[in-house]
Amino acid sequence: MNEIAISARGLGKQYHVGAIEQSGRYKSLRESLTRSASAPFRLIHSLFAGHRTGVDDRETTIWALRDVSFDIKRGEIVGVVGRNGAGKSTLLKILGRITEPTTGQAEIYGRSGSLLEVGTGFHPELTGRENIYLNGSILGMKRAQIAQRFDEIVAFAEVERFIDTPVKHYSSGMYLRLAFAVAAHLETEILLVDEVLAVGDYRFQEKCLGKMKDVASSGRTILYVSHSMSSIQALCKRALAFSDGRLVADSTPQEVIAGYIGGTLENIHSEAPDPQRPTITRAEVTLDGQSILLSIDFESPFPLTPPVFGFVMHNSVGAPVFGTNNTADPIDPPPPSARAGRFEVAIPAAHFRPDRYLFSFWLGDPFIDHYMREMILHINLNSAVGGGLPTDCNGNIYLPTRWRFEAASGR
Amino acid sequence: MGLKLRELWEYRELLYFFTWREVKVRYKQTVMGAAWAIIQPLFTMLIFSLFFGKLAKVPSDRIPYPLFCLAGLVPWTFFANGLSQASSSLVTSSNLISKVYFPRLSLPISAVLSGAIDLAISCLLLVGMMLYYRQTLTLRCMYLPLFFLLAFVSALGVSLWLSALNVEYRDVRYAIPFLSQLWMFATPIAYPSSLLHEPWRAIYGVNPMAGVVEGFRWALVGADTAPGPMIGASSCAALLMLIGGAFYFRRMEKTFADVV
Repeated sequence: MNEIAISARGLGKQYHVGAIEQSGRYKSLRESLTRSASAPFRLIHSLFAGHRTGVDDRETTIWALRDVSFDIKRGEIVGVVGRNGAGKSTLLKILGRITEPTTGQAEIYGRSGSLLEVGTGFHPELTGRENIYLNGSILGMKRAQIAQRFDEIVAFAEVERFIDTPVKHYSSGMYLRLAFAVAAHLETEILLVDEVLAVGDYRFQEKCLGKMKDVASSGRTILYVSHSMSSIQALCKRALAFSDGRLVADSTPQEVIAGYIGGTLENIHSEAPDPQRPTITRAEVTLDGQSILLSIDFESPFPLTPPVFGFVMHNSVGAPVFGTNNTADPIDPPPPSARAGRFEVAIPAAHFRPDRYLFSFWLGDPFIDHYMREMILHINLNSAVGGGLPTDCNGNIYLPTRWRFEAASGR
Repeated sequence: MGLKLRELWEYRELLYFFTWREVKVRYKQTVMGAAWAIIQPLFTMLIFSLFFGKLAKVPSDRIPYPLFCLAGLVPWTFFANGLSQASSSLVTSSNLISKVYFPRLSLPISAVLSGAIDLAISCLLLVGMMLYYRQTLTLRCMYLPLFFLLAFVSALGVSLWLSALNVEYRDVRYAIPFLSQLWMFATPIAYPSSLLHEPWRAIYGVNPMAGVVEGFRWALVGADTAPGPMIGASSCAALLMLIGGAFYFRRMEKTFADVV
């Protein structure tokens, strides 16, 4: 019997990136003209050579994944962490046979299924029922299998009443619930999962996590990519960390997450404004006496009426500890409609136990979060500020409590 | 390099669902619905009959001109629509291609297959026209499935090339309306291929649609002699196109997910 389910040897994936686009300069008109004039000739040249448009010396390549080797045993549930662009999704695409590696090879022993992004393949004009069948068969289920699990899927997604309504009339929550439900009922020996838990409201996320735990305990092999450190800790016994396309850690989730989060963060984050959407251009977290101070500068191409900023503090292993926003905690006077501005938040440090805290940010208006960055800043609180107790058994929050003691009388 | 046809067969249910999806959504949110399948050949027939039949007096093998050109337009419309649907099929399903593994061949195949419903509807129009002109069906119509198959093979063969090309070169999208217009006039729809003499007529058959249209016309409305050599040439051309297209598609599909 074969003990190995997934085996990767020296996996590498190279992508072509236009050097000109990458450096952000605009092409000159002359350059564009000569390029488009020579396009038909380059087309004919490259057509039968089988390589891509305009791969010439002006273009550079990047390695999205480089020299990655690992083995995953049958029945193992392995989490994959890394920042955006670290190569996690590329890895899953290679293992899911969606794209071919440039170097190395991956062997998959058993039938594999990918849950790469829920809702791919849903057609807005088709009803919920029709989409379940369509999506199920795209994911590789047989019609009989889908029919057998149909009621289960519908019940899980909680869309019984709307099952014969075209999904274009669904709310985004219903849509995502249905999509997840189909994917979660996929019965393959090996499951590649990318960020599926980031759907729906909190209650549904809990339900999804519960479903994933069921799947995990059924003895299947799962490779699970997520930004949610807490769900990786809850599901996995092993984690792989990627950075710049390389496998940098392979250990228990606790160690990997602590190492992964610890090494790379600063207390200042800056970003160029995006012409399309609101951006936090600069974020800084500092400690001032007994307060943690957040200072957030933002710019937006359109007015935010009013701007709403929210943050979540996570502990050193990524579990959320505390979060709020200026809808929950209104600012006085209320901010006017604005395209740019600065939020300043003071958080009493005395309520936090010593630990490394990480910050996630959201920016938007009262209806939509336009911008979101997870765990991009950190701050270390030592015992001088927070309460002096260890965190591991007492939690992260310190609250003033009132105590009483009465000695038993008569002893 | 294999064509992995066995895998395609294993995914036959997906092929069915894709085809069914295409059929199902094709006329969603249109007022005329499936009537579009009739309107297209009907109006082209009217225009052709007026300009080529009445004014230019193009010969029509002693068949009433409207019937003559409709018998050509019905398979042609299937081919042209299949071509345009299938050529864009990979690009319109780009999110699917970059997220899920399945045999990519099933997309263009189902796009062409889904045109079969339209073909059936437009055949009803043709039958109506035959009744009007008191044209009776002969035993020759037994050959019809053969010509349907040939039309399917031609459409798929060309589509495999174009859809794979379209992934990398979006120029294809602009070229297709133009290409299919040119191709229509290179196909004996508005005029009979009997304007040519053998062996030129058979050579004309390297345009696979020439064989389809002439064969279809011969089977239904009885254009005198069977255009045998021409159909032979067309079948060979269509098969070569299909096999070449399938290999080209297989070679290019490795990079679809990266490029699309």
